[in-house]
Amino acid sequence: MQTNILEYLENTVKRVPEKTAFADENQQLSFEGLEDTAKRIGTAIASEGIYKKPVIVFMKKSPALLAAFFGVVYGGCFYVPIDEEMPESRIGLIIQSTKAECLICDNTTVEKVQNLDFSGITILYEKCIEHNIDYIKLDKIRKDSLDIDPVYVFYTSGSTGIPKGVTGCHRGIIDYIEHLSEALQFNEDCVFANQTPMYWDASMKEIYATLKHGATTYIVPKNLFMLPVKLIEYLNRYRINTICWVVSALTMISAHKTFDIIKPKYLRLVAFCGEVFPVKQFNIWKRELPKVEFYNLYGPTETTGVSTFYHADRIFADDEIIPIGKAFPNTQIILLDEDMHEVRENETGEICIRGSCVTMGYYGDFEKTDIAFVQNPTSPEYRDIIYRTGDIARKDKDGNLIFIDRKDNQIKHMGHRIELGEIEADVLAVEGVNICCCIYVKENNKIVLFYTGDIEKGKLTKELKKKLPRYMLPNAMIKMDTIPVTQNGKRDRRKLYSNYMMNMENTI
Amino acid sequence: MEKTSIKQSILHILQELHEDIDFENEKRLIDDKILDSFDLITLVAELGDEFEVEITAKDFVEANFNSLDCLTEMIYRLMNE
Repeated sequence: MQTNILEYLENTVKRVPEKTAFADENQQLSFEGLEDTAKRIGTAIASEGIYKKPVIVFMKKSPALLAAFFGVVYGGCFYVPIDEEMPESRIGLIIQSTKAECLICDNTTVEKVQNLDFSGITILYEKCIEHNIDYIKLDKIRKDSLDIDPVYVFYTSGSTGIPKGVTGCHRGIIDYIEHLSEALQFNEDCVFANQTPMYWDASMKEIYATLKHGATTYIVPKNLFMLPVKLIEYLNRYRINTICWVVSALTMISAHKTFDIIKPKYLRLVAFCGEVFPVKQFNIWKRELPKVEFYNLYGPTETTGVSTFYHADRIFADDEIIPIGKAFPNTQIILLDEDMHEVRENETGEICIRGSCVTMGYYGDFEKTDIAFVQNPTSPEYRDIIYRTGDIARKDKDGNLIFIDRKDNQIKHMGHRIELGEIEADVLAVEGVNICCCIYVKENNKIVLFYTGDIEKGKLTKELKKKLPRYMLPNAMIKMDTIPVTQNGKRDRRKLYSNYMMNMENTI
Repeated sequence: MEKTSIKQSILHILQELHEDIDFENEKRLIDDKILDSFDLITLVAELGDEFEVEITAKDFVEANFNSLDCLTEMIYRLMNE
């Protein structure tokens, strides 16, 4: 029985050692190269006496980054990837949350590390890959590893301003990749083009499928996602046949008539997730690429990758929604109402997920974990933990889940999961701001911030850039005299939204 | 519409995106990553609305977005097509 994700790598090295595993414009790593490099990094970490601890990985997105991930696992630790573009204050919050004693950086990030408040051991990637491999040490580490040992902590937006670290283990990843591969028919001929960041779990699809099958993943340069013609040229140059991208990346292509100029010649499978795919845009993809299989995937980070899938094999009418489908084998979806009872036939309820996919909660935060990871109310006699997603859905007549709405103020923007509360918390922390409220306007994909206080928009933007990642910066800021409240004294988001929409209509 | 007023309107939109950038003089907005992919997507949507033109994939190239003048040329061309 497989108990460690490294077995995927090692088995593939035996079969196709020299095949390219991961590549970008500057570097190519074969499977044996990846294994060798990772073992050196693992030894380096173990030699520092770091074991069963989180290791921050703060490197440029590259094949080397992946070697670092697996290196951390070889060392008996778990990786905490940090976005190279993340503002320092947020990196600081994550370091504090993990209490990490070890950090791996590379030549592009080492300077930034020096500015951080990090008192632990810093390992420079370029140096530690020269470390000798200590096979005895690594064997002992592997012997003692369990499938429930953590592999990663992925930080997601936290509604109170502190990011939450979702902690996942070997068993969850193995369960995920086995079923994902089967459903989407991944194999060694897959040539993936990675779009999603490596600091969240969406990228695990390509990464672990590549390891398992001996496939290949090309890491697409970020700037190509604003140059759609060049992006398709890239896909053709590397004969990419499989992409698992966020919806925004796909709509950017279809919304601008890219297919009138150039089409991806080798594409066989397009999986999309993260956001609702506007039907008109999906239909463009479906019509223009009739030989491609399309899959809608759904699932929160808290349940290891994705938990449901839907084979979108037809054109949809303008008023339809593409379903999120059915649970993968070995995963169960339960729809619960507000009183935690299972809903009846076609009623809406909160999606709750059960299975080995359920991760181990938020690192260092049992309080928040206990709120979201709860005892399954439909099996009260033994410990059976389900994850409450906060997504509201219902089943259609074929038993496919249809996503309806969020329960709270979590949004998806440009493919990123964001708690509006986190933006608000950071805005409130700026001097000169009294009250604020963030809304999301789906009609134009904008995060709109309303605030009161005596700070000017320009200055507020400057301060926010120091705290928030790029994709969380409000797209519009409106300074007000007061923020409207509801009868309960809560900030009236609905009123803010309708005022904003009315203003938009008036200016057209 | 006159090029000068197109230029002024575009400048206004750009300044809404980044108040602190000197758009009149920057010539490498894309090359120097002054505008990133988020900016571009917002910019394209705003320009499309403001000037009632459709910016399609063939125009999503650095040459059209690297400076205020390049943007002005592109919009002027699209408006007169």
